[in-house]
Amino acid sequence: MEPWLSGLVGLFFAASLYMMLSKKIIRILLGVAMLGNGVNLLLFTAGRITRDVPPIMPLDAYAPPEGAANALPQALILTAIVISFSFLAFLLVLAFRAFQDLGTDDTDAMRVAEPLADPGPPRGY
Amino acid sequence: MAASSDSPAVDLAAAMITTPASLQDWLVILPLIVPLTAGAILVMIRHSTHWHRPVAGLALAALFLLDLLLLRRVLTEGPVVMMMGSWLPPFGIAFTADLLGTTLATVSAFVALVATATAPPSINTAERRYGFYPFLMLLMTGVTGAFLTGDLFNLYVWFEVLLISSFGLLVLGSEKSQIDGTVKYGLLNLVATTLFLVATGLLYGALGTLNMADIAIKARAAGPDVPLGALAALFMLAFATKAAAFPVNFWLPASYHTPTATVSALFAGLLTKVGVYALLKTLVLLLGPSSAYLGTLLAFVAGATMLAGALGALASSDFRRMLGWLVVSGIGNMLVGAALVTGGALTGSIFYAVHSMLVMSALYLASGVVEARAATADLRKLGGFYAASPLFSLVVLALLFAVAGLPPFSGFWPKAILVDAAFAAGAPWLGAAVLVSGFLITLAVGRAWLYIFWRGGPEGTPDGTVALAGVRSFESNAQAVALIGPVVVLAVAVAVIGLLPAGLGAIAEGAASGLLDPAGFTARVLGVTP
Amino acid sequence: MNTIIFRTISPLLVSLMLLFSVFITLRGHNEPGGGFIGGLIAASAWALYGLSHGVPTVRRALRFHPMEIAGFGLFLAAATGILSLLFARNFMTGLWAFPQILGVEVALSTPMFFDIGVYFVVMGSMASIALSLEEREGGV
Repeated sequence: MEPWLSGLVGLFFAASLYMMLSKKIIRILLGVAMLGNGVNLLLFTAGRITRDVPPIMPLDAYAPPEGAANALPQALILTAIVISFSFLAFLLVLAFRAFQDLGTDDTDAMRVAEPLADPGPPRGY
Repeated sequence: MAASSDSPAVDLAAAMITTPASLQDWLVILPLIVPLTAGAILVMIRHSTHWHRPVAGLALAALFLLDLLLLRRVLTEGPVVMMMGSWLPPFGIAFTADLLGTTLATVSAFVALVATATAPPSINTAERRYGFYPFLMLLMTGVTGAFLTGDLFNLYVWFEVLLISSFGLLVLGSEKSQIDGTVKYGLLNLVATTLFLVATGLLYGALGTLNMADIAIKARAAGPDVPLGALAALFMLAFATKAAAFPVNFWLPASYHTPTATVSALFAGLLTKVGVYALLKTLVLLLGPSSAYLGTLLAFVAGATMLAGALGALASSDFRRMLGWLVVSGIGNMLVGAALVTGGALTGSIFYAVHSMLVMSALYLASGVVEARAATADLRKLGGFYAASPLFSLVVLALLFAVAGLPPFSGFWPKAILVDAAFAAGAPWLGAAVLVSGFLITLAVGRAWLYIFWRGGPEGTPDGTVALAGVRSFESNAQAVALIGPVVVLAVAVAVIGLLPAGLGAIAEGAASGLLDPAGFTARVLGVTP
Repeated sequence: MNTIIFRTISPLLVSLMLLFSVFITLRGHNEPGGGFIGGLIAASAWALYGLSHGVPTVRRALRFHPMEIAGFGLFLAAATGILSLLFARNFMTGLWAFPQILGVEVALSTPMFFDIGVYFVVMGSMASIALSLEEREGGV
C-alpha cells in the first residue's frame, strides 16, 4: 500500500508544483491547496499504513487496546489540515483583495512594492 | 473516565512525571504563556484600544524579565527542560531552553520591548483597532515558542503562529504596496513551512520520533539505509527560504519595506533569525554528521547571500529597500556557521545573529524617523538631516558603521570571528567573501548616509548650502522622543556590545559548543547521551 | 435564500446545531468529537443563521464580536494550562475533580475546559470569517 500512496503523493506534488509555477495567483493558490493535501497524505503514509484496532480506549481502561494503531500521525495531520486550511483562507482573501486593489491577478504585473520605473540610485558621492 | 471511587491500579510513573514541578521549571514555559495570555486578553478587549498599549507593554516587559531569568538559569545549569502535560520524554512535547534559543529569545524580547515601548506614532488608532498589539503578542508567542521548543512538530506549529501573525502585521495599513508585498511574502513563506512539514513527516517516518533530543540520538545511531541526508537537504531548503538565503531570498526585499517602520523593525529583528536558528538546530544539533555533506553547498550559499545582499544594497535607491538587502547580507554571515560547523564559525554566526537583531531593528526604526520627517525614503529626494538634527545623524552613522562591520561597533566582532574561522577551516574564500561584502556594504551605507544626512538638501541643492524645506520638524517633543528613543536605546546596546564583546562572545561560544555536542542537551532531556 | 420555508426552518435548525455542537464537544473526551469539530458545527450554525436572517441579526444574537469570543477561548485554554502551576505540576498536566452536584458525580477536568476553549476559538474565528464573507456579498 505504501508505494502506491507514495506515488500518489508524488503526483500531488508534481501537479501542485506545476500549478505554482503559473503567474496567475489563483492557480498558485490551487497549487498550494493541492500541496497541502499532498503533504497530509505524505504524513499519513510516513506513519505506516496498518490494519490495526482504532486507538480508542474502552471505558474503564487505562491503556489503548492491544495492537492499536499509532494515533500520532493522525494528530499531526489534523494539525496540518487546520493550519493549511486557515492559511488558504487567508491567502484567498488576500488574493481577492490584491485583485481588487491592484487590478490584476498576474504576479508579474504586481510591481507596486518594487516599481519597474526605478531609475536606480544616484551614482557616485 | 476515571471516577474517584475506582482507584487506578496502573503505575502512572511509567508514563508520567510524578514529581512536582517548581516555579524554577516553569521559567521555561512562562515566557510563552505571558504573550499568549496577553494576546488572548487583547483580542477579547479589541475595542478598548486605549488598553492595548499598557497591556502589551507590561507583557513585553514581563517577557523580557522572564527571558533574562531563564538565561541566567541556563548559563549556570545548562539546558532547562519541561514536559507538557507531565508525559515522559520522548512522548510528551518537550520545552527545552538551551543557551542558543534562550539567548535569541531574550534579545528578541528586548528588541520588541524597545521597538514598541514608546507609543509608535506610526501605529495609528485604526491600525490598533485592526489589531497591531494582539498580532504583536501572537508574533512574540510564536517567536518565543520557536526558540524554546524541544519538539520538531511543535517548532512547525510555532512557525505557523508567527507566520500568520506576521501576515496580519504586514497588511495592517491595507495599502497597495503592502498587499503586493504580502502576496509574495505569504506564498513563499507558506511553501517554505510546508517543505518543513514534509521534512518533519518524513523524519518521523524514518526515526519514529519528534523529540529533538531523541532525534539527535537516533540520527547518530541510524544505519546508512535511513535517508537522513536527503531530509537534511529538505530542512536546509525550507529554513534557507525562511531565513532569506540566496537564491531563495527575493521575497524579503520585496516585502519588508512595505509595512510601517515599527513592523519592519520587528520583522527584520525577529523573523529571519528564527529561520537561521532552526537551520542551525536541525542541521548541526539534530542531524549532525548526516548533514555534513551539505557544507560546501551551504558555504556557497552563504557567500552568495552576503554578496547578493551587498550588491542589492548598492543598487537600491530607496533607504528602506536598501535595509532589506542589508538583512539578506547579514543572513549570509550567519550561514557561515552552518556551512563550516566549527566552534569558531558557529560562535561568529550566533554573535552575528544577536548583533543583526539589534542593529537591523534600530535601522528600520531610524528609517521610520526619516520617513516621518521627509515623507519619502527615496535617496534622491532626501537630504539635510545632519543640519536639522546632528545628534540623531551621528547615531544613525554609528548604526551604519555597525552593519558594515566597522569597529568599534557590534558588527566588527562577529565578522572578525567569522573571517578567522573561515581561514582556520580551510575556506579562505569564504572569509574573503565576508570582507568583500563588508566593503561593498560600507560603500552602500556610506552613500546612503551622505545623501540622507550629510548633504545640504535634496538633489539639486547647490553644494555648501542648506535647504531644509524637505525636513519637517517633529510635531511635538513627545513625538520626537517616541520616534528617536528606541533607535538610541538600540544604538547604545550596539555600542556596548562593540566595546565590551567578551560577555556576549562567551555566551555565543557556549551556545556553539552546545550545538556541536548534543550530549549535554540529550542528557538533560532524556538522561541518555548518543 | 430568502424563501419563507428557509426563514421559518432555520432558527430551529440553528438551535439544534448549537445544541449538537455542545454535545459533540463534551463527548469528545472519551469518544470521537471534541472542541474543534464542535466549534465548526457551531460556526456553521451561525453562518446558516446569517444566510437566512442577515448578518446584523447574527451579530446581535452573538452580542460579542466573534473574534472576542475566539480571544476568550484562547484565554480559557491558556488558563487551564496555567492552573497546573498552582498544583506544582508541569504545564498542561491534566487535573481532575469529582464534585457531587445534586447527587450526581460530575467529572470536571482541565482537558475538558481546554476543549471548551478550543470550541470558542474555532467557533469565533470561523464565524468571523463566514460572517464577513456573507456581509461582503450583501447578505439578505
